[in-house]
Amino acid sequence: MDIVEIKNLTFKYPQQEVQNFNNFNLKIKKGEWLAIIGHNGSGKSTLVRLIDGLLAPESGEITVSGIKLTPESVWDVRSKIGMVFQNPDNQFVGANVEDDVAFGLENAAIPREEMLIRVRQALERVGMWEFADHEPVRLSGGQKQRVALAGIIALKPEIIILDEATSMLDPEGRQSVLEIIRELNQVEHLTVISITHDIDEASNAQRVVVLDDGKIVQDDIPAKIFSHGASLVKIGLEPPFSEKLKEELIKQEIKVPDEYLTKEGMVDWLWQLFSKQ
Amino acid sequence: MGKVLLGRYVPGDSIVHRMDPRAKLILSFFFIVIIFLANNWQSYVLLFALTIGSILAARVNFAFFIKGVRPLIWLILFTVLLQIFFSSGGTVFWRWGPFNLSYYGLINGAYVFCRFVLIIFMSTLLTLTTAPLAIADALEKLMMPLKKIKVPVYEISLMLSIALRFVPTLMDETAKIMNAQRSRGVNFGEGSIMQQIKAVVPLLVPLFVSSFNRAEDLATAMEARGYRGGEGRTKYRVHYWQTGDTAGCAVFVIVLIILLFLRHW
Repeated sequence: MDIVEIKNLTFKYPQQEVQNFNNFNLKIKKGEWLAIIGHNGSGKSTLVRLIDGLLAPESGEITVSGIKLTPESVWDVRSKIGMVFQNPDNQFVGANVEDDVAFGLENAAIPREEMLIRVRQALERVGMWEFADHEPVRLSGGQKQRVALAGIIALKPEIIILDEATSMLDPEGRQSVLEIIRELNQVEHLTVISITHDIDEASNAQRVVVLDDGKIVQDDIPAKIFSHGASLVKIGLEPPFSEKLKEELIKQEIKVPDEYLTKEGMVDWLWQLFSKQ
Repeated sequence: MGKVLLGRYVPGDSIVHRMDPRAKLILSFFFIVIIFLANNWQSYVLLFALTIGSILAARVNFAFFIKGVRPLIWLILFTVLLQIFFSSGGTVFWRWGPFNLSYYGLINGAYVFCRFVLIIFMSTLLTLTTAPLAIADALEKLMMPLKKIKVPVYEISLMLSIALRFVPTLMDETAKIMNAQRSRGVNFGEGSIMQQIKAVVPLLVPLFVSSFNRAEDLATAMEARGYRGGEGRTKYRVHYWQTGDTAGCAVFVIVLIILLFLRHW
């Protein structure tokens, strides 16, 4: 069964000349984990914003969980979808953790007694209950994203959309967030749509769609997509930062170690470099 | 950074801390009004007793209150001096041009000083024992009647709580931008006033740009989470009016009655 169906979608931003999407079609199965990858400006974020009704298409039809997206049905559609955005700070509305989780519930006019239960359950689910009274400044990026996830879990959606949700996190934060997503996808069969530049995150998906200029250029299982190796960069997946730095250093004719360096390893090597010479 | 302005709240578990923020807000305003009824030393003694009693009940370090007075000391002294030298009546001790030092002037000066100190102590007590967010909640509740004349009360209170929530975030960001600009050779807090003002520009511009980006991101995130205006939302944070709050109000009303009595001593 398809939970999201996009038919003949056409869209362009008001201030732009070119069409972002022209006659675009995509079906997403219920319970599927779909990764969308592509260059900056390939239309990934625009696509998920269209699905959530945050942007309105020029023409075409978007159906989410059996509801056709129209200006009247947009709030029903949004209640089926939970979105986590890139910047952990800019989506934290509440003054503290439990307040933020409650924000979506308050919007949905859930009675307070039920809110108390749902907030607690959701926070325990992501392992943040003991931080319930913490303000956002006292949390790490990964913790904030887990709170954002709790805010979504509390609303019991059918689809979770991650709009580069792990791109500003450190490796541990990223792992902890992906762990929760994996569980939601496998145990609770939530449909996951994740936009990402991260190979690890994309490899969690069951299906990868590569977007370029508003068109699907590849649509396959991750193993097939990643077998293209070096051309990964071309399709918008980023090699790890340390590898990119290494390449730049080689361009400057600086000798770098051949073996793969982690970020920490890179730092160690860098600060020792000068004294070695 | 970080401990400035809004970070005055000192968590605790005293009677005053546990009071409903609405009660505390109302009583603070009430106190500022009744203080103008005091017109003799007996009434000031009464108000001081009330203030000291409240402070003791809150079990907050007294040093915080002295700190609260310190930034306003020049304003206080200026007002007191005006009162002393420009009010006439009673025995005149000294006169020079428009200035005169009279018995009433001295008394009035002392009263003005007491008034200032009392108001600062009471409002400091409010901000020390009440979290900023609780004050915002209380304001929302107290502004409810204004809904009848179409004041967007829910929106105002949401704006207030978002503003409070972003103060530390923006402070962090300011510190970061300052460091970034310092590393490019900008000197903050040095040189002439003109130079110092100029140094603020490379701080404010990036801060403004990023605030606008944040606002846009936040609006999108709020919409995605189903926010469609303040109407019809339920509330997660609630405050309960308890016996202690009624008792607190009763104490203040009793003080008002004694005060009215003392006025016509």
